[in-house]
Amino acid sequence: MNTFLSRLNTIFAFTLSVMAGLTFCCFLTTAFNEHKAPVYIGTGKAIVKNVPDYSATREKNDLGFVVFDMQADLSRIFNWNVKQLFLYLTAEYETKDHVLNQVVIWDKIIKRGENSVLDYRSSNTKYYFWDYGNGLKGNNNVTLTLSWNVIPNAGTLPKIRGEGSHKFKFPNEYSTNRL
Amino acid sequence: MSKEKMSGMFGFEFLDDVRRMNKRQLYYQVLNFGMIVSSALMIWKGLMVVTGSESPIVVVLSGSMEPAFHRGDLLFLTNYQEEPIRVGEIVVFKVEGRDIPIVHRVLKVHEKDDGHVRFLTKGDNNSVDDRGLYAPGQLWLEKKDVVGRARGFVPYVGIVTILMNDYPKFKYAILACLGLFVLIHRE
Repeated sequence: MNTFLSRLNTIFAFTLSVMAGLTFCCFLTTAFNEHKAPVYIGTGKAIVKNVPDYSATREKNDLGFVVFDMQADLSRIFNWNVKQLFLYLTAEYETKDHVLNQVVIWDKIIKRGENSVLDYRSSNTKYYFWDYGNGLKGNNNVTLTLSWNVIPNAGTLPKIRGEGSHKFKFPNEYSTNRL
Repeated sequence: MSKEKMSGMFGFEFLDDVRRMNKRQLYYQVLNFGMIVSSALMIWKGLMVVTGSESPIVVVLSGSMEPAFHRGDLLFLTNYQEEPIRVGEIVVFKVEGRDIPIVHRVLKVHEKDDGHVRFLTKGDNNSVDDRGLYAPGQLWLEKKDVVGRARGFVPYVGIVTILMNDYPKFKYAILACLGLFVLIHRE
């Protein structure tokens, strides 16, 4: 049955299996990478307000404001099977109601080939730092960590926490003036 | 001679194979077809057991996670209940009133000491969080909304599914071709 169609079929099937094999090999070459890097994080003055959250329940919740410094060199994480890094700066803290709160206050996408050396000074947060309730006032143990989600061309999607974190506290009084 | 060649080129020659088959061979082919269908089903159900997710493989249908995931990329999911949900994770969740699950990233997590967790998601390519996509009045997702969490990624593979969804006729043509091929193909 050496028709034109069966030849086409064979070529197509062979191409597909070769591509699948190569993709898998590409994944294997980077499967055991650690993707780690040191990160420096610092913060400026933090203030907290108690204002209604009109994007949600309209009840008064704690809203934190903080400026941060951050330096990290992530260029060594990139290789031929890293399409992009998704960076996110997480504030992690404990409150009376919740044993664990995690709020992403800043994120950034770095595609391969783009600048992967971070240097931020007194940077504002990208997202509002809303607490669920009133747990930010006087909270003296808020930890900032930078993590990244490695997006490969093909393969697993590891979530890596950067080496280095920063703790800061919120004041015991609500701030009432405008920013 | 040239006429025969033409019919061969368009693949009608293979019908002769069917004519030459006896009953046994025909039964064999039908059973073979049944085998293929049932093993595909078994693999799917087996994956469901291993990964704990009700749909272990999903195709990305929208551009809301670009540039990480594009339309037609394939994601492998797991959904182990003992693994906690944390920010930065890419979850696939269902919202009441929407048929199609959504693949987005976790932006906020608030977990109580009894393990009850509320979280908020956002698509990387969207400028606002997902509260507008949730059911009316719903502000948070809970663990029961999660279909799975993305663990593995393969590009482009799901594009066939997208084509089939967009052009139903294409789907039936492919199914008919595959079925016909399996039934009449003789080794």
